[in-house]
Amino acid sequence: MSAHANLERRRQAIYGWLLLSPAAVLLTLFAFYPSIATLWSSMFSRGTRRKPTEFVGTENYAELFADPTFWLVVKNNLLYAGVTIPVSIFIALSMALWANGKIRARGFVRTAYFTPTVLPMIAAANLWLFFYTPGLGVLDQIGSLFGLPSVNWLGQPETALWAIIIVTIWKEAGFFMIFYLAALQTIPEDLKEAADIEGASRWTYTRRIVLPLLMPTTLFIAVNAMINSVKLIDHLFILTKGGPSDASKLILYYIWEMAFAFFDAPSAAAMTIMVIAVLGIVAAVQFFYLDKRTHYQ
Amino acid sequence: MKSSPFVKLDGVAKRWNGQLGVEGITLDIPEGSFTALLGPSGCGKSTTLRLLAGLELPDEGKILIDTKDVTTSAASDRNLSMVFQSYALFPHLSVAENVVFGLKVRRVPKKERMEKLHRALEITGLLGLEDRKPGELSGGQRQRVALARAIVAGQRLCLMDEPLSNLDAKLRNAVRKDIKKLQRDLGITVVYVTHDQTEAMSMADTVVLMKDGHIQQVGAPEDLYSRPNNTFVAEFVGAPPMALLEADVLDGFGEGKTIGIRAENIQIVPKGDGRMCCTVTESEFLGAETLIGLDHAGATGLSVLKPGLAMMAEGNEIDITFNDENLHVFDVNGQRLAG
Ligand SMILES: Nc1ncnc2c1ncn2[C@@H]1O[C@H](COP(=O)(O)OP(=O)(O)O)[C@@H](O)[C@H]1O
Ligand SMILES: [Mg+2]
Repeated sequence: MSAHANLERRRQAIYGWLLLSPAAVLLTLFAFYPSIATLWSSMFSRGTRRKPTEFVGTENYAELFADPTFWLVVKNNLLYAGVTIPVSIFIALSMALWANGKIRARGFVRTAYFTPTVLPMIAAANLWLFFYTPGLGVLDQIGSLFGLPSVNWLGQPETALWAIIIVTIWKEAGFFMIFYLAALQTIPEDLKEAADIEGASRWTYTRRIVLPLLMPTTLFIAVNAMINSVKLIDHLFILTKGGPSDASKLILYYIWEMAFAFFDAPSAAAMTIMVIAVLGIVAAVQFFYLDKRTHYQ
Repeated sequence: MKSSPFVKLDGVAKRWNGQLGVEGITLDIPEGSFTALLGPSGCGKSTTLRLLAGLELPDEGKILIDTKDVTTSAASDRNLSMVFQSYALFPHLSVAENVVFGLKVRRVPKKERMEKLHRALEITGLLGLEDRKPGELSGGQRQRVALARAIVAGQRLCLMDEPLSNLDAKLRNAVRKDIKKLQRDLGITVVYVTHDQTEAMSMADTVVLMKDGHIQQVGAPEDLYSRPNNTFVAEFVGAPPMALLEADVLDGFGEGKTIGIRAENIQIVPKGDGRMCCTVTESEFLGAETLIGLDHAGATGLSVLKPGLAMMAEGNEIDITFNDENLHVFDVNGQRLAG
């Protein structure tokens, strides 16, 4: 009896591991191993012809902490994340609630919102270049109609980062909206009717019923938005290249610069490790803390 | 006392893109009554109920509740509650939060809310389950949460759309009694939608039988049973339904008419003494009696009841008879003729 159950359990375990192994192999090969290797190389000095690489422990990290550009980039990225995450989620949610309602041309509205998502980031950046270019750009053209002076949105430190932020939000919101729309479809129509009969206003219904039921989606989107706030930098290459004077430089761009423009691989590795650590911690907090307060259907 | 009815529908019609939903719905519902909207699937019962609830607005006609014209009022202004077929419980809220949702929305003070909650849970037998989520309840318990939510605010009008259709047969019988008792004890007016004629006949004071968006007959269950307005009502109400004969099968009824006769009014008689000769097609043992299905060229739905276990062989030829006073006569269009 118990021997039989044991055998069954072992069979189940083997079956489970077999199913897991392809993913485990791929992850090890392309995620875990590179991470460990990066961690390893971040603890060695940069080799030159005269001075070979040597183990320096945390020296690369200390150097980074002493680098004012690093702190500027961190500050930029925090602002970038702090604005793009909530704003794109908010816009996505509002658009989804609207596009899910009984409006005319619903299909068109949905498609229109989704278009930015389909565009590659590089193409989107080129499009926005056409908006931002001083003198010729659409923004300036409109401004000049009202007699406003020409503004070099991408070329001045005060506005460059914000210009980048807007492109990101524009790009992300439509994508997130699709998730919200899908989630809204799963909320039965009669919940709204029940709430109506109980006298709930549209706002009360949204706040007490819809938003809580969308929490799993919001959580998923928030994690994605956070990862994107580090990952999504393609448009920097087209729009500002991190400038002017690093005003719009984000961490990943700086890492890329370190590695492939300044050929300082150890510093790039050190920064990468820090990014991984921070992202890992934040994702864990989001999942473990918010998960408890989230209702899954 | 001849006061105006509590709920009044007057010539109400609703169409979707010109397609018929319901039409010409005129109905008076007295306060404290139990009214069942009965009919086959797709006949417009739910539509009628939703028009009453304010979840749909009528294209024509007027709706009055408690002498107030609510034809175009919002659902929340009609002072009614509703039990949905799917229960429509909020999945992320606990039983208690589900039940008091409406009270909270209407800003009832906490103390009063708690008292009402306790009472509603007591009546529906849900005490002790306050903190469960709907997903952690059985079908019957969910149904009772929906009931509790409907009665907690003490609205005088309660609408129910097939509230028992997701329960198993045994539970359905029990809850049927509970709902009926609840309605009596609280003295509320219930409008109850069902496609199950047994449910309607056993629970309602007044049955409204519908077909294709039109009301066929309004009356007490015994009226519908013993004086059906037309052949549709005759065939829909009762188990087994009324058998219909072409008039020329019998003598003295003239051309084109249809004759209705119920199984319990038919007797089997020795060969040669009957008014009709039929073939046995099936025997169904029901417990206290046996239902014998009969086939005759000029009749549909013919059957006869025999007490106890009395199976008859298929293909047997038997003679049946009945008294003229038990016959229902319908004209060419299927409408009941006087008498
Ligand atoms: N929202 C709607 N849009 C279009 N047609 C509808 C809608 N609701 C109901 N109908 C139609 O109205 C008729 C009556 O439906 P309903 O009242 O739901 O019937 P039931 O008696 O089964 O509850 C059906 O033919 C149905 O197809
Ligand atoms: Mg229905």
